[in-house]
Order: sequence, then C-alpha cells, then structure tokens
Amino acid sequence: MLRFVLRRLLQMCVVVLVLSMLLFAWLRSLPGGPVSAILGERQTPERRAALEAALGLDQPLPVQYQKFLQRVVQGDFGVSTKVLPGEDALDVFFTRLPATIELAVLALLLAIVIGIPLGYFAARRAGSAVDTTTVIFSLIGVAVPVFFTAFLLKYFFAVEWNLLPVSGRQTTGIDATRVTGLFVLDGILTREWDAAWDALKHLILPALALATIPFAVIFRITRASVLDVLDEDYVRTAEAKGLSTAVIRSRHVLRNAMLPVLTTIGLQAGGLLAGAVLTETVFSYRGVGEALATSFREKDYAVLQVLILAAAVIYVVINLLVDIAYALIDPRIRTR
Amino acid sequence: MSPKRTLATWTTALLAVATLASCADSERDGGDGEGGGSEDAGTFIFGAAGAPEMFDPYYATDGETFRITRQMFEGLLGIEPGSAEVVPELATEWTPNEEGTEWTFTLRDDVTFHDGEPFNAEAVCANFERMFDQNEAGQVAAEYWGYVMGAYANDPENSLYQGCEATDEFEVVITISGPTSGFPTMLTLESLSMQSPKALEEGDANGIAAEGEGFSFPAYADAPVGTGPFTFGEFDEANGEITLERNDDYWGDTAKVSEIVFRVIPDESTRRQELEAGSINGYDLPNPVDWAGLEEDGNSVEVRDPFNILYLGLNPEANPKLKDLKVRQALYHALNREQLVQTQLPEGAAVATQFMPDTVSGYNTSLEPYAYDPDEAKRLLAEAGAEGMTLEFAYPTEVTRPYMPDPEKIYEALRTDLEAVGINVKVVTASWNGGYLDNVSGEPGKYDAYILGWTGDYDSAHNFIGTFFGNLKDNDFGTDVMPWGKQLADDLKAADAIVDEAERGAAFEEINRQIMEEYLPGLPISHSPPALVVGPGVEGVIPSPLTAEEFDTVTVGGE
Repeated sequence: MLRFVLRRLLQMCVVVLVLSMLLFAWLRSLPGGPVSAILGERQTPERRAALEAALGLDQPLPVQYQKFLQRVVQGDFGVSTKVLPGEDALDVFFTRLPATIELAVLALLLAIVIGIPLGYFAARRAGSAVDTTTVIFSLIGVAVPVFFTAFLLKYFFAVEWNLLPVSGRQTTGIDATRVTGLFVLDGILTREWDAAWDALKHLILPALALATIPFAVIFRITRASVLDVLDEDYVRTAEAKGLSTAVIRSRHVLRNAMLPVLTTIGLQAGGLLAGAVLTETVFSYRGVGEALATSFREKDYAVLQVLILAAAVIYVVINLLVDIAYALIDPRIRTR
Repeated sequence: MSPKRTLATWTTALLAVATLASCADSERDGGDGEGGGSEDAGTFIFGAAGAPEMFDPYYATDGETFRITRQMFEGLLGIEPGSAEVVPELATEWTPNEEGTEWTFTLRDDVTFHDGEPFNAEAVCANFERMFDQNEAGQVAAEYWGYVMGAYANDPENSLYQGCEATDEFEVVITISGPTSGFPTMLTLESLSMQSPKALEEGDANGIAAEGEGFSFPAYADAPVGTGPFTFGEFDEANGEITLERNDDYWGDTAKVSEIVFRVIPDESTRRQELEAGSINGYDLPNPVDWAGLEEDGNSVEVRDPFNILYLGLNPEANPKLKDLKVRQALYHALNREQLVQTQLPEGAAVATQFMPDTVSGYNTSLEPYAYDPDEAKRLLAEAGAEGMTLEFAYPTEVTRPYMPDPEKIYEALRTDLEAVGINVKVVTASWNGGYLDNVSGEPGKYDAYILGWTGDYDSAHNFIGTFFGNLKDNDFGTDVMPWGKQLADDLKAADAIVDEAERGAAFEEINRQIMEEYLPGLPISHSPPALVVGPGVEGVIPSPLTAEEFDTVTVGGE
C-alpha cells in the first residue's frame, strides 16, 4: 500500500512539473500581459519596456522559466500583480482556499445526501412514474450550464424574493472572528452564532448551483449500480437464505453498489473546481474559482500559475484518495 | 497578511464543516432570511469593482485604490468638490518666483497625522525626498511621480523636481527645473499626498522590490498614515472588505459617518443587485442602460461632469493613406457623432470639438464640430484617390471605461458610418489586457485605426494633448512620420512652459485650433459623463469630474 501511494505521489510530481512548463509557455504566448493590465491608457513603449525589465518579462522564456523554478524550490511562487497586488501568490491561494472548500464540501454533501438515496429509491421502483420524473430531473441537472443555474437561483431567491444574500461570504458589519478562514466553522468555534448562520446563508445558493452536476451524476450512477446489483445472484441467494431486507440492503446491495458511486464522487470532487469558477464568479464569492477568473482576465501570471498547479495537485490527490478508499472497500484491489 | 495554515487545521475544518453543512438543509426552514446584516446607520458601504493594489497612494496606479486612499490622505493642494478647480488643502497659499521655478507654500499649522505626528514644513520635505529617492523597482512602480516629474534622485538632470527646503516651521520652498502648466496643479494628484514621515520610516515605505512578475510592497503599504478625515481600519481579505474609520481629530469638519466599508464585488450586475437588496449603499460606474431603472427604484444616479475624451485614433505608420489630411477629414465627416452620442452614450454626453473637455483651461470655444456629411466625405476620398480604401479598425473587448461604456456598440456605430462612405473596414478586436493596448501603443502601432480615450488626471491642457502628442517618438498617433509632428510636440512643450496663466491658455487654444483644422492626427468623438449611484437615504455625495469623490460629507439613512 505504501509503495502504491509513493509511486502515485512521484507520478504527481512529474505531472505537476510538465504542467508547469506547458502552463508557463502558454501563458506567455498569449497576447497582452500583466504590463498592459498595470499601465492601461498610460502605456507607452518606453514605460512598457521599463516595467517589463523590472519584472523580468523581457528575458527569454527558458531563462524566465529557470528563474521561476529556482524560486519555486525555495517556496516562492511569485507575487500577485492584480488579484491581491504585492501579495505572495501562494498566500493568495491559501486566503481563497477555505472559501472554496466550504463551498465545494457543502455542494458535494448536498449532491450525496440527495443523490444517493434518490438513486437507490429510483432503482427500487425502476420504471415507475417517480423513477421517470427523477431521471428527467437529473438530466436537466447535467444539461443546464452551472452559471445559468447559478444565475437563476440568484435572481429568484436573492433578488426577487430577497430570501438569501446576493453575493459574497459574509454580510458587512457582522462581528466575526477569523480562525480557520472557513467562516461557518469559525462562527461555531468562536460561538458567534450570528456570523456562522450568516456565512451559511451566503453558502446556500452557490452550493446548490454547484451541486447540480455532481448530484445528477451521483444519482444516475447510484440508480444504475443498484439496478445491476439487485440482479446479482448473491442478492437472490441472500433473499433465499431468508435474511432480513435491512441486512440485504445494507450489507449486500448498498455496499456493492457503492463502488462505482465512490469513484464518481471522487471524480466529481475534482471537477468541482471547474464549476466553482463559474459559480463563484456569478456570486462574487471570494474563492479560488473567482481568483482564477480574475487572474486570467488581468493576466496575473503568478496567481494563475499557483492556482492552476494547485488545482492539478488537488485533482491528483483526490483521485489518489479515491483509489485508497476503493482498496479499503474492495479487498480484491488491495491484494493486487 | 495571511497566515499559512497547517494540514491539521484543514482536516479538522473539513470534517467539522462536513458535519455542519449536512445539517444546513434542515436548519434552513428556521430562518426568515431577512438580510441578516446589522444596518449600522453610521456606516457607508460602497461596492468596489476590484481589490485595491495596496494602501500607499504613492505607488498606486488604479482608481479602486485611489478611491480608498483619497479618504485618508490629503495633498498640499486639493480639488474643489464637484469641480476640477484647484483649491488650498494642506497648503493655504502658494506663490512662484518670477521664473516659475521656485514655489513657496504656506502650510496649515493645525494639522497632525493620524499617528499624532505634526504636519509641518519638515514633514513636507521628508515626503518629497521620499518620493524622489526611489530604488530601481520603486522608480518603475511609482507611475504617477515618473509621469509628472520625469525622473528620480539618480537622474536629477531629467527631473522636474529639484529640491525642497523648509524655510520656516510652516513654509516650504519647492524648486523645479523649469516652469510647466502641470505645476503646482499636479500636487492635487492622490499619489503625491502627504504621509506621516515617522510611519514611512518605521514601515520601510521605500522598501519595494520587484519579485517574480510583480512588486512586493513593504509593511507600510498595509498600514498607511495620512492626515485625512478617515483613518485606516482593516483589510479583511477573506471577505474582500476594507474598513476605514472616522478621524475624530481631523483638522476640518469631521466626517458624518463613523465608518466607510469598501466591499469588493467584481461583477457589475451583482453590484446593482446588492444595492437593490440594500446590502451596499452605492457603487461606481453603473451601466448607463440601468440609470433610469435605478432612479425608478429610489436610488440616485449622481452624474459627473465629463472630464474625458473618446477618440478614434489614426496611425499613418500602419496605413500610409492616412498621411493625407483629406483622408483623415473624410473619415471625420463620415461619422454621425450626434447620433452616436444620442444612442450609445449616457445622457449628458457631448460631441467633441477637440481633444479635451471644455472644463480644462486652454479649451478653444471657437471650434465647431466637423459636420456629419457623407457626401463631403466621399468627395474628399475621391480627391485623395482613396475611394474604397481598406481600414483595419480595432476595438477592445472585456473592458468598459468612463469614456466608453460599451466599446463594441460604439465601434459598430462608427464602423457603419465608415462603410457608408465606401470604406472597406477590416474588423479587428482584442481584449483590453490581451493585446489591444500593446497593439495600439506598440512602436509602431499595429492598427490603422482604433478607439481609445483618456480621463484627465488634473486640470491641465498638457495632461490631455501633451499626453497624446507631446512625446514625438512614443505616441499612439504616429505623428513622428507626419511633417508637422515635431512642430506640434515643440509647440506643446513651449506652451506648457509659459508662466502666465492667461498667456498659456491662449497658446493652448491656438494649438487646439491647429490640431483640429490643420493636423487632425486623430478624430475626437465625444465626452461622456461617468456616474456613480447611491441607494435611498444616502445624501451628501458630491460627484467629481475627476472621479475623486470624498465621502466625509456623506450621510446614510438620514431621514
């Protein structure tokens, strides 16, 4: 097991290195750059040249990349030019990460808590009206773009009916102590219940929007997987043995049906970041996704590099965790 | 600013939130969702479009930063609220010597910095020396000083600033290399504000460094100390909020609200929704199409006097046909600017007759707008042998500016007009930060024609036409290939150096006439009034043509 994990971690390093190289070259091959974002109308060839020289952007790409790597080895990922100017790009990531974790965790939980029982229920009553309705509903979930769902939710629940906040993470003026950066948790830890509740209210709409895709996928996979398992011989055997329905469902059906669902959840968790870019932008929610959009628009190289590389690492790590979980559930994989 | 967190914290946090969030669904019914905010009558909450760069105005370059620092800092000279007029601020009067090179400033004697340090002549000189003496990175980062003063301590010959001397406790003499229309008006620039010398030193204010692709700022940039009606509170990065607190020891009238909060909301439509939900009290640059709707909903749209210019830039280096004055005039006659202003620009916008708005001294009132006359345009094109000429005409995407709320729509209107007189327009576009500015300002520029504009920094003709045509080698209009290019640059320089204001104004008026009648290096289109909007109950906002609003007069929920 340890060797398996180590090998995967090594693979991850290679992936990140190659990705960083491609990313570095791609970013700098795009027209424009941080210099025009900083100078705006004040730009002249002379000022451009001075700024490019000061920021080392006038050097050949390989030299720039080499310097970048040298700095990264020392833990220095460069400085933000627009997202949070002057700030260490890695700190920008760490400042934004809690917001996205809160959002993603809540979204995934919603997807799981609703998706799995609903999938199981639909499978048990396959072909019924309830089944058909939920299947159609989940199809819509996959088909409608996240930003559109986000926009609709915001428009109705926040703007029209004024039930929930429009944007951001916390209402201005709320007395909140920051501990972990996870606002809901911070409110609980410091017993500032108002702050926790307020932060949670800010999370609901973006989390619902973000949950639509993983929900639909988890629902459908659960449904299909449960249907498969219900047909298996061992379920029939268990029934024939006279085991109670509860035991059959929990020990034989659900447990076996969960394998593909687990993989799906893992993959969906990694993919959440893509949805987070859109959701966070619509809700002006200060997470990693919003920073990613801003840094791309403003050509904030350092922040963009850190965020994309971090996303890659997170994706790989989540996949690794899924594989480990898989091995724990299915003993056959462990022995291989 | 932000502590790095350990893995352990994260794991705990994740687990805890997981548990909590799963309860969220059931808990939701419990709340009535009534905004949840504490509506403090003493707080003015303003929706900002972006995060500030940092809080030292000296190194700052963008409007979002200046809006915040302006509440905390003051300069020797100020701007009369609601106009572009220069008025006393920390200096009560100023007089030049005969040559216009030595300026004596009398300072207020009742001012202290937020940290309790006295404001006096010594403090003023310490500030100027600090701004003058910059390391390599600082020289590049301090855009405004570089822009108005030209150089730093390591290159004194090319610097406008020559020295500062404290001649009395409250009197300083600032020496400049030669007279210019920009001085002392430039002292109204937010970047040249007075900061506490003690805080500057303690926070290593000049310790800026170029690191990777950006600048890293010293500690001072996060803990600024000025003399203004508000002091720095905190920057909550996680929630994107900057809080300023009222300075109760302010030398003038203390501010009406006890706090200003700037909340970063990058998306324009979200800012509007937040205003409607009542969670912010105002925001800048509402989309002109929303103005009427916002007013209907009980908000007030505060329209500023236009202090900008939108122009269609022409580049004879890229397209030699544009070297012919007749062609340039033809293009100008082809444009139905009256219609453009009426259909694409907000109420209060005006057709431009020259490259500066009428509030700037040196504006030539006798100039008439070029008439919309497609037949004349065709005739001129024929005369120049340029019928059916191809014009590579560009516009920027992913941007709105005070002078062009919607670049694409403005462009479409202009393009249609040009095509109507038989010009073959080749549409080119690039995003603002994704190559557009590089292509416009490259040497040589890449587009034949483009739309761009300028918002004045202060009341000075030179800040407009001097910026456009004063630098012969580096300008977007390619005037260095035109026979009159050098003459124009020299004339601008000469006019700028005239000490007598009336005489200088007359010289700039004449240059404006020449630019429009004899040279026509580009086509001034319009002046557009940018607005800001405040919600119900907000009063006392005085819209500034320089977008330099001071919020100390603002009240919230008064009635």
